[in-house]
Amino acid sequence: MANTGTERVKRGMAEMQKGGVIMDVVNAEQAKIAEQAGAVAVMALERVPSDIRAAGGVARMAEPRITEEVMNAVSIPVMAKARIGHIVEARVLEAMGVDYIDESEVLTPADEVYHLKKSDFTVPFVCGCRNLGEAARRIGEGASMLRTKGEPGTGNIVEAVRHMRQVQSEIRQLSAMSEDEVMTFAKNIGAPYELLLQIRLDGRLPVVNFAAGGVATPADAALMMELGADGVFVGSGIFKSENPGKFAKAIVEATTHYTDYKLIGELSKGLGTAMKGIEMSTLEPSDRMQDRSE
Amino acid sequence: MTTIGVLALQGAVREHIRSIEASGAKAVEIKRTEQLDEIDGLILPGGESTTMRRLIDSYGFFTALQEFGIQGKPIFGTCAGLILLASAIEGQDQAHLELIDMKVARNAFGRQVASFEAELKIEHVAADFNAVFIRAPYVLEVGPDVEVLATYQDKIVAAKQGHYICTAFHPELTDDNRFIEYFVAIVEESKKTLAS
Repeated sequence: MANTGTERVKRGMAEMQKGGVIMDVVNAEQAKIAEQAGAVAVMALERVPSDIRAAGGVARMAEPRITEEVMNAVSIPVMAKARIGHIVEARVLEAMGVDYIDESEVLTPADEVYHLKKSDFTVPFVCGCRNLGEAARRIGEGASMLRTKGEPGTGNIVEAVRHMRQVQSEIRQLSAMSEDEVMTFAKNIGAPYELLLQIRLDGRLPVVNFAAGGVATPADAALMMELGADGVFVGSGIFKSENPGKFAKAIVEATTHYTDYKLIGELSKGLGTAMKGIEMSTLEPSDRMQDRSE
Repeated sequence: MTTIGVLALQGAVREHIRSIEASGAKAVEIKRTEQLDEIDGLILPGGESTTMRRLIDSYGFFTALQEFGIQGKPIFGTCAGLILLASAIEGQDQAHLELIDMKVARNAFGRQVASFEAELKIEHVAADFNAVFIRAPYVLEVGPDVEVLATYQDKIVAAKQGHYICTAFHPELTDDNRFIEYFVAIVEESKKTLAS
């Protein structure tokens, strides 16, 4: 008797992606460049986050033809984004056979209060988090993989660093607690109690946690690995650079060998200018994608 | 003590390290070719085979891995590792390490929504092994020197040729260490043979 969509199968899929780079692509050609460069998966999108930012308006699930085109172009897993709380977009992506769904704050939320009950789906989900409470709530809803929210489409790593450090530091804090302190901690951060007990014992999250939202250079990717990320999502950084193939390959290698600084120096030579980037203080509160859900 | 390496370019490395240690051997993450001299056996973990192959080539691992096997040291490939070991891959002109005489099909059970868990009978290992298949390949055909260790719905999902073994599923994702213990025993045996 075979069981599909089990927790182990959904979380296991993300375990296989560890140490790898997942790249945003908008068509088959970009997907092939990403696969050639050694991406472990691609995220099929209509527009990369920096273009979503520039275009404004409502950002939705990509046109199914784009996702389908990408799925037909590569043999590595294909992920796609659904709006937060948009049950039907997620079900459509599942029916199309995408390998992973990102319930993503990069798109305009469909529900400002509730996230999807992801445990109901056969397809696994990845969600963003800024702190342990948010991470634990998403896992509680059934997310099989996490990523930092960072601030997508900015090419500025500062928010991803903040979120990764925050999650790690709260896990260390929890691990050092006595068990009778956990309930109050759970109340304060709004996290499921039983899950925190498990995280306290293991000293880590029960799912992988990738870095996302602002990775613009090979050194940025290596920095996130150094801070404890299991892998890296790169959105606008690659296909907004001058030589995407070379750039993508450099990010992959820097992620694998993130403590080989001499190598990272070599990889970073002659890549051309990275995306210009946005300083956080110049972003209006309404333009901060990370604050679209909690 | 027997030392087993896990090729740590990409994929589920930590899980293999845990299960090797639970099986009583020493585990090492292998990131550089020179580390291969320090180990008695090697695991090629699950992950993305295309990605791993690119990284294998970038860091000169290709011939180093083949030589490691040819000198008689055991190699165990899971999922992507199985694909790396195969002598032929359906729909591709070229295979990778070509250490096991078999033809394999990638993502043969389908995309992620078709990934599953099922109980298997595995020769020499267990009659009731809970196997986790994730976008898994299977073996289409094997050469005369290959022993089939397990099938699922008539598809070959575990095989052995001398000191090379492979599984389409992920024994490292459960707490059942019997398959890794089986590999550790093969490594210990080969260590004795190679020393004598």
